[in-house]
Amino acid sequence: MSDSVTFRVHRFKQGDAASHHDSFEFEPGPRSTVLDALTAIRRTQDPTLTLRHSCFHASCGTCGMKVNGREVLACVTNVRELGTGEVTVDPLDNAPLVSDLVVDMGPFFARLNAVERPLVRESELVPGAHTASGIPQPLRYEDCIECGICISACPIAATDPEYLGPAALAAADRVREEPRGGDVPFVLGLADDPHGAWRCHVAFECSEACPSNVDPAGHIMQLRRSLIGRRWRALLAQPVEAGR
Amino acid sequence: MSLENRSPAPHVVIVGGGGTGGALALDLVLRGLRVTLVERGEITSGTTGRHHGLLHSGARYAVNDAESAVECIEENQLLRRVAPGSFEENDGLFVGIDDEDMAYGEKLFAACGATGIPARWLSPAEALRLEPNLNPALKGAIQVPDATFDAMRLPLRWFASAKARGAVIEPFCEVTSFVVRDRCVAGVRGRDHRSGKDFEIGADLVVNAGGPWAEKIAAMAGVDVPIQPSPGVLLALRGRLCNMVVNRMHKSGDGDIVVPQRALSIVGTSSWVVEDPDDLGVPEDHVQKMYQEGAKLIPAVMSAPFRQAWSAARPLIGSREASTGRELSRTFKCFDHLEQDGVEGFVTISGGKATTARAMAETTANVICGKLGVDAPCRTRDTVLLPHTAHYAA
Repeated sequence: MSDSVTFRVHRFKQGDAASHHDSFEFEPGPRSTVLDALTAIRRTQDPTLTLRHSCFHASCGTCGMKVNGREVLACVTNVRELGTGEVTVDPLDNAPLVSDLVVDMGPFFARLNAVERPLVRESELVPGAHTASGIPQPLRYEDCIECGICISACPIAATDPEYLGPAALAAADRVREEPRGGDVPFVLGLADDPHGAWRCHVAFECSEACPSNVDPAGHIMQLRRSLIGRRWRALLAQPVEAGR
Repeated sequence: MSLENRSPAPHVVIVGGGGTGGALALDLVLRGLRVTLVERGEITSGTTGRHHGLLHSGARYAVNDAESAVECIEENQLLRRVAPGSFEENDGLFVGIDDEDMAYGEKLFAACGATGIPARWLSPAEALRLEPNLNPALKGAIQVPDATFDAMRLPLRWFASAKARGAVIEPFCEVTSFVVRDRCVAGVRGRDHRSGKDFEIGADLVVNAGGPWAEKIAAMAGVDVPIQPSPGVLLALRGRLCNMVVNRMHKSGDGDIVVPQRALSIVGTSSWVVEDPDDLGVPEDHVQKMYQEGAKLIPAVMSAPFRQAWSAARPLIGSREASTGRELSRTFKCFDHLEQDGVEGFVTISGGKATTARAMAETTANVICGKLGVDAPCRTRDTVLLPHTAHYAA
């Protein structure tokens, strides 16, 4: 009996009228990931296959894609553990398609830029982690790997193209928690918008899909609490000037 | 039509979208040249994105390769200035576990002094206070200015800054042949895999920045570049076991480093040699070696949850007789193929490492400007880089 798995891979080249799926056979080893399969297919079967990848260990966020309909990082998705003889691979949703499995991350990063979250954080904030007592504030990277998986999984992003989206809202909440020179009132103003934190329908799909435990939905809930607090404080501070 | 458009600056085509290619694109546009960079896949999809993210202090090379050590400490200090916000600036430790390590430590400390790398001895208690997860049986440690960076996002800042100054960056464009006339390279041909359409780009000079793929690229121009693709296995564990970079106080060996990265800890690495940089594999015995050796530095390596194991190919220059790659220098080399092979208009940059990518680019740009008769100084030493996000969204 063959251990071969059939990969049905989304194909599209610019200028094509429609996309389709091509089938490729791949024999996975015990460690083979979907990314290993796709790069092997590109090497031995079809060099024209386009996909994004970089780090191979869930730190860079470039290989976000849909495998059997679910958003994952291909580099940490084990082929045998999927347990299906056929594996369907599609690009992320809610982002402009470039070709095959590649989407344009421009709109995603434009939203992240808007909230100006620094890449390196000043606090540890990892539960249970030891901190070096000789270094008062060890620097570390933010957990968000900017993969776009939360946007692809979000039902609101599918219907509201102007929605700021889970990643940028989570980043806005990080700026609120730890400003690091960021303009907190400006960022909270971006979030306090019909296409901001209030647009979320609390489906929690983003937190479910996030490969890096960022919990965007939890951050959106925290943002809402602080935005409500901000409104109350504004009301209480200006009872006369507001005078209706 | 402006005067500028009627007498355009020389056009350089860079083949290879790794850190070296990105840094070179920025260096050349800052000197006023026109630049097009083509990469067969996504930017940083080769070796660049796959390494552990160590910003070398140079201490790793200080004892055996002083040239690389000096390169590293210079770039270490310089990159912190031009790429603020890209580094976890928590320093590094070289940790001695046995008497052999401590004997190496004496040589290491002296070599750091000789190469200008700030270093200080820590007692076991001091080291454990800094990093509580260290092997409690350690005999001593040396603190050096190692740091960590995101292997993809730091290079993206070169790409973003180059694009903002007019460089054309084309991912998914695979070069399949060179335009060669009278032993002079005049451009590249290939296919844009986004559209399936073929392209031909004319160039005054073509640079091969293919890393471990440099030999394959050079072969298209009919010249030989002695690259030995030398992969290493890396292991990512869930949980942040340290904040500083933790190195074994020993000559380079398997599993001699633990690098924190976001909420992960990376254990690296091994070294062997392959023919095809596209076909590395992840040898199981190497993965087990990462656990065994990594646990000697930080015992929790054994129990931390597995995230992934993968391989990355170093682009080492040198003899094809090399067996493990460890005997090859980690410094870089720029080949002008006119001197080497009688082919004009073609330069290869290879070897080196992520920490020295900017310096590699500077050296290469000096060679290129000399060949093209462009008199302009390097400006990447003091040009502060745009954030990585600007690569995707201007």
